[in-house]
Amino acid sequence: MKAAVVVFPGSNCDRDCAVAVERSTGASVDMVWHQETALPSGLDLIVLPGGFSYGDYLRCGAMAAQSPVMREVVKAANDGVAVVGICNGFQILCEAGMLPGALLRNAKLKYICKAVDLDVTNAQTRFSSGYAGRRSVRMTIGNGEGNFFADDQTLDRLEGEGQVVFRYQGENPNGSLRNIAGIVNAGGNVLGLMPHPDRSFEAELGSADGAVLFQSAMASA
Amino acid sequence: MKAKVHVYLKPGVLDVQGKAIEGALHGLGWGDVANVRVGKTIEFDVPGSDRAKAEADAKIMAEKLLANTVIESFKVEVA
Repeated sequence: MKAAVVVFPGSNCDRDCAVAVERSTGASVDMVWHQETALPSGLDLIVLPGGFSYGDYLRCGAMAAQSPVMREVVKAANDGVAVVGICNGFQILCEAGMLPGALLRNAKLKYICKAVDLDVTNAQTRFSSGYAGRRSVRMTIGNGEGNFFADDQTLDRLEGEGQVVFRYQGENPNGSLRNIAGIVNAGGNVLGLMPHPDRSFEAELGSADGAVLFQSAMASA
Repeated sequence: MKAKVHVYLKPGVLDVQGKAIEGALHGLGWGDVANVRVGKTIEFDVPGSDRAKAEADAKIMAEKLLANTVIESFKVEVA
């Protein structure tokens, strides 16, 4: 089992992601710099970590989406490799056109860092199969621009096709349309989510629910 | 020539910064100010004197990078 974590200038959850994947799944994890023009061979999972790539210049994730390594990530995704973008990684996936929609400033303009409870809307994706039978999972959010936006037609399609994987329970923390916290692409192998499974992968962190996501992704590879 | 690309959130996309600024303007006594929107302008020099080409190029740049057309609209100006 082999995973890669892409490191952009300004990523700050790259080590967290590597440790989370290693400890949750036992996979070996390579760190891949954003200027690389090739990915390690035989990858089962690619993680785009959270942080503030390129200082959030222009728009969150906009510059990172144009990095040389992203061309390889797109190719790998087209070949069926599982890709998960967490927080800034989700923003990058949207900016790269690998997921529909965009992330806007939080409705109340505040950076929000806290544990949230999530509905697992679809436990039949390769990232969420381990949550089957679970009503609720807990992860941590930490973002200023986590407010998911897409036009109504796209939202209807995402819901109709089962592409909404996670929703915020209770009070919507950031204004995300239809309480969306995480979505997959039509192919089911690219997941973007604002909550951090990498900050919620063992009980000492307050929740071990995030580990299940990495385990599911690896089990599906 | 100088190209300017003006980028704004599309109508219908909640502009939270605009809302906050609108509230502050109301607080300063400009109570009838409405629909405040925050945008940005990206400007750069373009070589040559072919204005139509410069506009066409700037439009492609805006679509590819300078604006996210899911949430933003843009206007190109070359002079």
